[in-house]
Amino acid sequence: MAARTIPLAIVFFFGVLMTVQFYIPHPVSQRLYEMVLDWMNGVSAAAIILAVGSLVKHHWRKISRRENVVYSGVTLLAFFFMAFLGLFVSIAEDSLFQTLFANVQVPLQATMFSLLAFYMASAAYRAFRARNLEATLLLLAAFVLMIGIIPIGYLIHPKFADFAQWVLNVPNMAAKRGIMIGVGLGAIATSVKIILGIERNWLGG
Amino acid sequence: MNNLIHKLTHLNRQTIYGILALGIILPLLFPLRLPEHVSPPVQRLYDYIESLPEGSAILLSVDFGPDVLPETYPMFLAVLRHAMARNIRVIGICLNPAGIGLGLEGIQKVAKELHKQYGTDYVYLGFKPNLGATMLGLGEDVHKVFPTDYYGTPIDSLPLFRNVRNYNDIALVVSFSGASHPALWVAYANARYGEKIAAGVTGVMAADYYPYLQTGQFVGMLAGMKGAAEYEYLVEKLFREKGLPTPPPFAIRGMDSISIAHLLIIVLVIIGNIGYFMERKQKGA
Amino acid sequence: MHLSTDPWVWVAAILSLFIFSFLYKDNPLYKFAEHLLVGISAGYYLALYWHNGMYPNIIAHVKDGNLWYLFPLFLGLLYFAIFVPKYAYLIRWPIAFLLGAGSGIAIPATFQASIYKQLEGTLLNPLNTYPSALAVFNALLIFFGVLLVLTYFFFSKEHKGVLGATSRVGIWILMIGFGASFGYTVMARVSLLIGRLHFLLGTWLGLLRF
Repeated sequence: MAARTIPLAIVFFFGVLMTVQFYIPHPVSQRLYEMVLDWMNGVSAAAIILAVGSLVKHHWRKISRRENVVYSGVTLLAFFFMAFLGLFVSIAEDSLFQTLFANVQVPLQATMFSLLAFYMASAAYRAFRARNLEATLLLLAAFVLMIGIIPIGYLIHPKFADFAQWVLNVPNMAAKRGIMIGVGLGAIATSVKIILGIERNWLGG
Repeated sequence: MNNLIHKLTHLNRQTIYGILALGIILPLLFPLRLPEHVSPPVQRLYDYIESLPEGSAILLSVDFGPDVLPETYPMFLAVLRHAMARNIRVIGICLNPAGIGLGLEGIQKVAKELHKQYGTDYVYLGFKPNLGATMLGLGEDVHKVFPTDYYGTPIDSLPLFRNVRNYNDIALVVSFSGASHPALWVAYANARYGEKIAAGVTGVMAADYYPYLQTGQFVGMLAGMKGAAEYEYLVEKLFREKGLPTPPPFAIRGMDSISIAHLLIIVLVIIGNIGYFMERKQKGA
Repeated sequence: MHLSTDPWVWVAAILSLFIFSFLYKDNPLYKFAEHLLVGISAGYYLALYWHNGMYPNIIAHVKDGNLWYLFPLFLGLLYFAIFVPKYAYLIRWPIAFLLGAGSGIAIPATFQASIYKQLEGTLLNPLNTYPSALAVFNALLIFFGVLLVLTYFFFSKEHKGVLGATSRVGIWILMIGFGASFGYTVMARVSLLIGRLHFLLGTWLGLLRF
């Protein structure tokens, strides 16, 4: 009961409440609705326990097994130090907490993603081939965009920029709208199935 | 000749990396100063903010992290500068945990440049983890979703919130994001409360959001570093007219490198295709 | 050249170089930087989830005597159940709450924003695109474009005959859309590299004139 029935009942109750409230905003349901929205932020915030707990457990286990002790040690030390600063010292803009964020987390994360530029260029050179009509259309649309959105494209001829905007506003828009409607229908169907307890994969084993 | 074509069509990984790096570094060292051409979605957002009366409040949502910083951070700064220079009150929030510090840094930086007062001209409310609940909650009561600002000060004590209760008192929401946040703002804040939404998005997401421009669900949109450069250009013009010191144009300078990198990548793809078709012909022969 | 004298800029620059070293091959400097990033960001998130989420949205209310907030507090604490194998199933309760309420708010919002408004834009206000001499032609192209793309996603019938032909044109339109996304993605990826090189050449080495 506690393992399956109660979670399914919780999903059903809050799912129906929040859907119905959209269409029938009665003062009583309105108050409950506002409170549930507030609860959602609180419970979502508590989910950090799960993320951080799993991370600590994973690295602690590695250290106890003497695997990658140095690297796991770096992760745990950095974690505890940063959490200590944030929880017990200060989170203001001139604090050590924010300085570490700006000068360690930001450059590391930004540089990691900047590597993608190299991989993208190399992959485009190696794999972006006009093998058939579909691939050729994709390639041509990409070229139109890449020239049309840069200042040099506008300097070559202002119509380049106009044509790129047309591609974005008309055929691209039709494609993305088709996808959006399809994804929207799928999302609604999945939500209904979850609320009604038909979709239960989230319960796990 | 055949030898040269063979070499060009079989470049190794390191050579490609080197060519791309040079294509970006050289224009940074020797700027080309290419002129900016403002596209309609950017102009529409600029015009909308221009049309707001002084003292209106707008909400800027920092929905990006350091992973997309060079695209979205300059947009955030440019829109902040525009709003603050026009004496529009700014409420900063963040819906991406990796962006909390970036929002704080950006809003304080621009406020300092334009001598704005915290609590009266602008506030930073910080982060909330549940996107949908936050976006809907702001339509009911900001004070409930954000009982305190980023620093833990109760927002009831901040003068800006004396007459700001919910979306009725917020003229526009601009979401800066590298993910689906702007679509959620449309679904929750626009669809339910009729709030005006605009977006500053990364290049990766930009093409996906064009349906929202056509329906008017987006007031305007800045797409990637190009959108940021266009907005920087408009703001620079405004600052000159107002006699304010012009801010350093990060994205405008970046567009020089993007122009060269785009041309290089197009050439690389064409070379790759020449090699592919030559090999296919040889195999067929 | 005006090298930065700020030690934090040096820290950021050296860490950036550690990450760039991965372009050559995986190495201990990269691994160190990677593990440091994971630790720093986890600590950062924990502190801010507490200050911006758990404390103001639950704990402060309970402290003020608002007992309604004992419910989310209880659900939030159930996340700890995952670390006690015997009671690990209790973690389904907070997940059920977020999933139920999240699905509930998503249904009407998705319908309104992603379906109703999109159909309205296609059928009722197709001339809404930027004014041009081709407005009517564009409107027709958008209408048939959306229709053809949707036929491609219609999997209840085999793609043969008329449906086969329309879904094939639907693919062409999709390809133009994906091409547009790719073109923009190239700009996006290059922008990220520009950001880092701008920092290294400008802020750190002082080689750029601002």
